[in-house]
Amino acid sequence: MNQIPAVLADGIIYASWLFLIAAGLTLIYGVMKILNMAHGSLYALGAYAAASLGGVWLAHGYSPYGSYAILIVAAVVAGLAAGLVIERGLLRFMYGRDEVTLLLATYALLLILEDLIKLAWGVDPYFFAEPYGLLGTLEFGNLIYPTYDLLLLAVALLIGGAMSWVLKRTRSGKLLRVVIHDREVSVAMGINVGRFYLTTFTVGAILAAIGGAITAPMISVVPGMGVEVIVLAFAVVVIGGLGSLPGAALGALIVGITRAAAVHYLPEAELFSVYLVMAIVLIFRPKGLFAGAEVRKI
Amino acid sequence: MKLGLNSLTRKTALCAAIGALSVGVAGNVAAAEKPIRIGVVTFLSGSAAGTFGIPARNGAELIADQINAGTTPAPYNTKGFGGTPIELKIIDEAGGSTKAVTEYRNLVGQQGVDMVVGYISSGDCLAVAPVAEELKKLTVLFDCGTPRIFEDNSYHYVFRTGAMGTMDNVSAALYLKARGIKVGNYAGINQNYAYGQDNWADFKASMTQLYPHAKVATTQFPKLGAGQYGAEISTLLSSKADVVMSSFWGGDTDALILQGAARGLFKKSKVILTAGETAVQKLGAQIPDGTIIGARGPFDMLAPESEMNTWFRKTFEDRYSIPPSYPAYKITQAILGVKTAYEKAKAANNGQTPTQDQIIAAFEHLTWTGPGGEVTLGLGKGHQAVQGTAVGTVKHENGKLKVVDIVRFPADKVTPPDGVKSTEWINNGFKK
Repeated sequence: MNQIPAVLADGIIYASWLFLIAAGLTLIYGVMKILNMAHGSLYALGAYAAASLGGVWLAHGYSPYGSYAILIVAAVVAGLAAGLVIERGLLRFMYGRDEVTLLLATYALLLILEDLIKLAWGVDPYFFAEPYGLLGTLEFGNLIYPTYDLLLLAVALLIGGAMSWVLKRTRSGKLLRVVIHDREVSVAMGINVGRFYLTTFTVGAILAAIGGAITAPMISVVPGMGVEVIVLAFAVVVIGGLGSLPGAALGALIVGITRAAAVHYLPEAELFSVYLVMAIVLIFRPKGLFAGAEVRKI
Repeated sequence: MKLGLNSLTRKTALCAAIGALSVGVAGNVAAAEKPIRIGVVTFLSGSAAGTFGIPARNGAELIADQINAGTTPAPYNTKGFGGTPIELKIIDEAGGSTKAVTEYRNLVGQQGVDMVVGYISSGDCLAVAPVAEELKKLTVLFDCGTPRIFEDNSYHYVFRTGAMGTMDNVSAALYLKARGIKVGNYAGINQNYAYGQDNWADFKASMTQLYPHAKVATTQFPKLGAGQYGAEISTLLSSKADVVMSSFWGGDTDALILQGAARGLFKKSKVILTAGETAVQKLGAQIPDGTIIGARGPFDMLAPESEMNTWFRKTFEDRYSIPPSYPAYKITQAILGVKTAYEKAKAANNGQTPTQDQIIAAFEHLTWTGPGGEVTLGLGKGHQAVQGTAVGTVKHENGKLKVVDIVRFPADKVTPPDGVKSTEWINNGFKK
């Protein structure tokens, strides 16, 4: 049987999921130059918030179709709260330090968040599977896919499109690109860089939480789930070029399709294939596919 | 004179009172015997905690309290271990095998425990066993499944009271045969590390013996904790396998069930989950009708009926409001085994506190009964448990989830004889 259509379908679905996680990570790095190790914990936070709030929603007998809104509301609330607290409570005191210091700070944050999640939700798995099967299935050749997978793709396209539009078409987006280009000049031009940092980190945290919330119906939400995804998310943004949104999209697509092809044709090489592609890309493009030329100040 | 007498009487009374008090205190000190300290190691954090670690910890705490109170059913109804109370020192297994070894050394060296009962991860068991031997400390592995512990090594201080993983896979293949399920081709999806690889190898070898004409349709080894199995499920569906075997555990099992059920995998293939029992408890109605499940032994809904099992389930549910899953059964089985060995050694030592070597001698080749039935240390020169097992099928009936068509396999049908490696035994057609 020709497996190419299945590889493409599986790859695109997986890429959508990866992009949801990687988009926030690359946004935060692009603007703030922070490689946020705690991004996976924010993803887990979104999943826990969605599973908890969704559980309450269904327990009260409300329409299960409302649970899709619950997923987004839970993610936005969790991401907003965590993003604001982390940026105002920790990161703003560390701007100007070198990237390694910030990396270590976010690693410490990852450990703290993992423990806080354990304190709040314990170690028992949480389930919120209803939204996954509620929309029925789609037949694609000989294969069946839940319509929810299509929703995943739609959300990824929507988020990617919205971010792109904000960055390119709005005044705030243009100012943000100025901040990305040169922080010092931005400050000198009267741009409130601190506010942009706060907004960027909070939006990044919300995106991570949305990734977690949308994943929650497909899995059991367990401790440590955030740590599992962060390595793959790093692979995606490194392939695409740290800080590049189109890079994250392309990186997700490359990783998604490579992995799907490996699973279909050479399952033993599934994990290896992703990092092989990453290594090949980095040999030819050490800063990733979409990294621009770096201006060096003398 | 009167005053003097009174004074003398008072002094005498005071001395007598102090003396009596002193004797009383000394007597109490003698009576408050030093408890036997047992280090218990199980996952208290990480992804394995909720499904395995915490139920095991709960099982350990429950049985320790019952043993100390003397309320465990006969023959375990003496208080403590031969009258001496037991005390648990519970630590977290999470963090990898290097940390497990460090924590083990700390338990033995710094905390001074008398014995250690623990370890769910096969990697941790393999790492800790030689250290136990080096530190000469009685160590009872209660759950990990890798056959390599006693097949590749010989230990004096190490015991394993749970059966090897081989049993899970041989019984899964035997179950298909016993239920008359036709298998033209079969597939596997197992986690990509020692446990998953070993399980698939054992299952595949068993199928080769039992279904010599059946072909392997596809073999999938996703990363442990991957969580997303879209491409793997597509491959399994495309392979049109009659049977799909998985030894997934914990959150990975749950994700495979949720994603596979939504895509019709469980309708198109007969799915066997060798460690699926915990998912039945957690997912309930989400687990599809007809799924074949194992519990890594005769535990939980696959446990044979007995007074011990009824008592254990009731006592556990009364305390924790949920039924015990297989890790709770297995740690209870381990602690009851040690109690039996300790008391046997004490009796042989004329009622005196036995030495560690006396306990070990009494433990070797021991047979005792846990809530899952009879256990015998029949392999690894009397250090490795053998036990019968059971496999069943999930059925939804009137809105309730049941496990039906349970087939029980005696220990000798699912375990190699002593001194023979599991793979050799399977490849030789399960010959004794």
